[in-house]
Amino acid sequence: MKMYPENFRYTKEHEWVLAEEDLGTLGLTDHAQQELGDIVYVDLPKPGARVKQGESLGSIESVKAVSDFYSPVSGEVLEINHALAEKPETLNTDPHGAGWLVKIRLTAPIELQGLMSAAEYESYIGAEN
Amino acid sequence: MNRVRQHLSQNERLLFEQSSPGKRAYQLPELDVPAVDAAEALGAANVRAEIEGFPEVSEVEALRHFTRLSTWNYAIDHGMYPLGSCTMKYNPRINELVARTEALAWAHPYQPEALSQGAMKVMAHLEAALAEITGMDAVTLQPAAGAHGELTGILLIRAFLEKCGNPRKKILIPDSAHGTNPATAAIAGYAVENIPSSATGVLDVGALEQIVDQDVAALMVTNPNTLGVFEENITQAAAILHKKGAMLYMDGANMNALVGIARPGDFGVDVMHLNLHKTFSTPHGGGGPGAGPVAVKKVLEPFLPVPRLKRTGRKWAFDYNRKRSIGRVKAYYGNFGVMVRALAYILAHGGPGLRNATMDAVLNAVYIRKGLEAYYDLPYTQPNMHEVVFSDERQAKLGVRTGDIAKRLIDYGFHPYTVSFPMIVHGALMIEPTETESKDEIDQFIEAMISIAKEIETDPQLVKTAPHATRTSRVDEVAAARKPVLRWKAA
Amino acid sequence: MLNACGVSSLEELFAHLPEAVRLGRPLDLEPGISEYEIVQYFRDRAAENGNGYALFLGAGVYNHYRPVLVDAVVSHGEFLTSYTPYQAELSQGTLTSIFEFQTMICQLTGMDVANASMYDGSTAVAEAAMMAARATGRSRVLVARTVHPEYREVLRTYARNQGMPVEEFGYDAKTGMLDLDNLERKMDDLTAAVIVQTPNFFGIADQVKEAARIAHGRGALLVATFTEAVSLGILEPPACADIVAAELQSFAISPSYGGPYAGIIATREKYVRQMPGRLVGQSVDSRGNRAFCLTLATREQHIRREKATSNICTNEALIALMATVFMTVYGKQGLRELAGQNLAKAHYLAGKLTPRFSGSFFNEFVVNVESQAVDELNRSLLKKKIVGGLSLGRFYPELAGSVLLCATEMTRRADMDELANAIVSAAAAKEVTA
Repeated sequence: MKMYPENFRYTKEHEWVLAEEDLGTLGLTDHAQQELGDIVYVDLPKPGARVKQGESLGSIESVKAVSDFYSPVSGEVLEINHALAEKPETLNTDPHGAGWLVKIRLTAPIELQGLMSAAEYESYIGAEN
Repeated sequence: MNRVRQHLSQNERLLFEQSSPGKRAYQLPELDVPAVDAAEALGAANVRAEIEGFPEVSEVEALRHFTRLSTWNYAIDHGMYPLGSCTMKYNPRINELVARTEALAWAHPYQPEALSQGAMKVMAHLEAALAEITGMDAVTLQPAAGAHGELTGILLIRAFLEKCGNPRKKILIPDSAHGTNPATAAIAGYAVENIPSSATGVLDVGALEQIVDQDVAALMVTNPNTLGVFEENITQAAAILHKKGAMLYMDGANMNALVGIARPGDFGVDVMHLNLHKTFSTPHGGGGPGAGPVAVKKVLEPFLPVPRLKRTGRKWAFDYNRKRSIGRVKAYYGNFGVMVRALAYILAHGGPGLRNATMDAVLNAVYIRKGLEAYYDLPYTQPNMHEVVFSDERQAKLGVRTGDIAKRLIDYGFHPYTVSFPMIVHGALMIEPTETESKDEIDQFIEAMISIAKEIETDPQLVKTAPHATRTSRVDEVAAARKPVLRWKAA
Repeated sequence: MLNACGVSSLEELFAHLPEAVRLGRPLDLEPGISEYEIVQYFRDRAAENGNGYALFLGAGVYNHYRPVLVDAVVSHGEFLTSYTPYQAELSQGTLTSIFEFQTMICQLTGMDVANASMYDGSTAVAEAAMMAARATGRSRVLVARTVHPEYREVLRTYARNQGMPVEEFGYDAKTGMLDLDNLERKMDDLTAAVIVQTPNFFGIADQVKEAARIAHGRGALLVATFTEAVSLGILEPPACADIVAAELQSFAISPSYGGPYAGIIATREKYVRQMPGRLVGQSVDSRGNRAFCLTLATREQHIRREKATSNICTNEALIALMATVFMTVYGKQGLRELAGQNLAKAHYLAGKLTPRFSGSFFNEFVVNVESQAVDELNRSLLKKKIVGGLSLGRFYPELAGSVLLCATEMTRRADMDELANAIVSAAAAKEVTA
């Protein structure tokens, strides 16, 4: 059972964001990757794409399911994790680290305040079960 | 475990791996006209190089190859397929014989109508029989499969609503629906709005009443639904829709529970499709061909795909002069070869026979429910019809899911049931025996399922790593999806 | 069993159905008949259909010899009565043969990847257009008038509800080939796909490379279709296409009054996730043995639902197997020889007549016979047990008075001589009376 990093913020749809000033890294939580099973493909947008909080940024596929990835924050896509194209399984083995999905420039950092802390997220998924 | 034993199974390579230059399995006659130089006739730039990698094998190698491959398949000819909503009934061999009747099998769709009266009569006869079975006014045989029929049906609704002045924007689809339903709605240019099922798994007419407005074109419903339960409020649902000028589409995949007992046209359905490869016994062939005729109420008849069969005196003809038609959904007239097989089935059974088949189908499913309800969770309490849906709730607590149970069932000599569908049931086991199966076969199935339930309690790993008795053990679908290899390539 | 179900009659199993929905009477259908009577019924229908006629009709459906091995293989109950291969461990026969099919279609067409089949060529073209729209993010489609007329009708039916404008571009009246200037002028940056057929509806090997150049020049995809698969035994495949969406009926699929047939979609590696239909992939089982399974299923309706690449579920697996057996029986050399025979037969016939177009043709060509004469001609041919060619006025008003004639390896010289004589004498008779 992975620990949920304290410095991340979390959404109800199981996305996380690590923000440093207005630069954010986005990813999928450990809970989500467990639910999806073995990840086979990650579909991410091109750098430059603009997104509003809650809008779909792409999708994550396992063999039998597809999950939309909803952006936890509004912003502009700077970089995507190309390593996942070759090894999508990294999203399973290291969802909070090497399995990051998107680097984004936040256009409304205040949105972070509305997201869950690690403790809040842990009790949220505990309640879900 | 008594019916399954190891047996000799060849290690057959791919055709390309046993190909040898110069081997041949064909022999063409001598030309009775002069040969023609391809480069001269077509222009050198138009002539291809040889087809690289194409196999070259002898006749006996070709036949052995496919025969060996066939031994790796399960089929209805082997035993039961308890696949829910697939209606894997016996594929009568008489169907195969009559479909090969020369003048029908070799009929060219553009040959003169005067030479096609037999084929047209077959189609007309089938249209009439299906109209009677469904309680509808007109039938088109053009769609090539169920999903194709769904698209046709939704396009008919669109055309009708357009004529009324507003095609509207969305289609309501229950969360228990087959995936083709929402996919179809999207292709037809409609937005999909999910309508959640009630707590008992049936249509929530209260919710429906709230949701139906001027933007709703139709509700797509399967009846009985994907739980195998009859939608008892269907006439009410139809009334709600009709009051707001919307229509009721029925997915006919589960007609095996209704033929001769109840007719969709009588309970408010405006348009529906049938699956000839389900209810009407035409063979699945490993994934098709099928046929998805669409039956409609009179009001939708003008919009049916062109051409329509029409009769002038004693002659049948195709009517292309159909100004309101939605157009064609397929070239020519539909999967005629499949129609022949379905008609043979209907002729063999006749009215009383079809009704009996329906009753046997329901009996078999209810019998299975009774046999297994002590071992597997039933997520609802209403009576089921031709299929029954269990959940893996109980087994999941021990770490075993419906997919694992399905794989272990293979070791008992059965094909798995439908796994994880409908999505409204947690870990669904969807079982439809059809009328084909005898009590004996079903008892063996029930015994197998009970045995597996017991195995899960004592040795769950055995079930989780199944199947063990097959030539091919569990296939790595993850690797197949991560690094797709979709064709053979020379080393 | 009734006891176990807790009922005393079969009727009771339906007691829970509301009274109002129950059909209170027997179905108004004849009672069931015996096997022999069923055979007789279809024999009677066959007798009402023409049989034993020499056929000069092509126009999308072709009379080719069906090697006896084809029915021998598809009659195996293990293929005929098996289900879609979702459970890979029980379906390696079906999966392996589909993998071989996918491979052979790639080899034949020059594409990187092919799916397990579509309903037919007409719906394959419509789906290819939608696929091109997804891949390019554009919506407009340009389709050649020399694409099969009924294929174009199906395309329009699908396109209308997708917000996909469809426009046609013409052909050169002399050559019967694509009017490339017309295409160039109609081309724009909103076009997702240019759709061409080769051999085209007139039987002529068309300028796919040039059409591709024009399409690619503006960022559109080139979709190539064909209705006469045997032509690929000898004709250069449309390897410059981005998508091949075509019909395999010529490969041992009985004409069967219009269906069932089998369509294909084949494409470049980079578009694989946009493909509709099933795909079989290679993998291993838990013991490390090669095994096949359905893959990339997340494109499909049962997972993606309203966002799927298509709504297709059941396709044409058994029909595709017929084609696979056909391709195996003929093989690398045989397909070429077969195509060569088709070429020879049609060119022999054409040599006795005057083809209307100058373009190079495979096994079909167009001949001018003159307006009323077409129907008269075909009527007189029927008396000789010959079904003449397609009257083109049916689909091309500007070509009223022309027929599309087809000759395959099954067409006999004597019948071609008869047909040629009839056409020539009809023309001569017209001159006399003129």
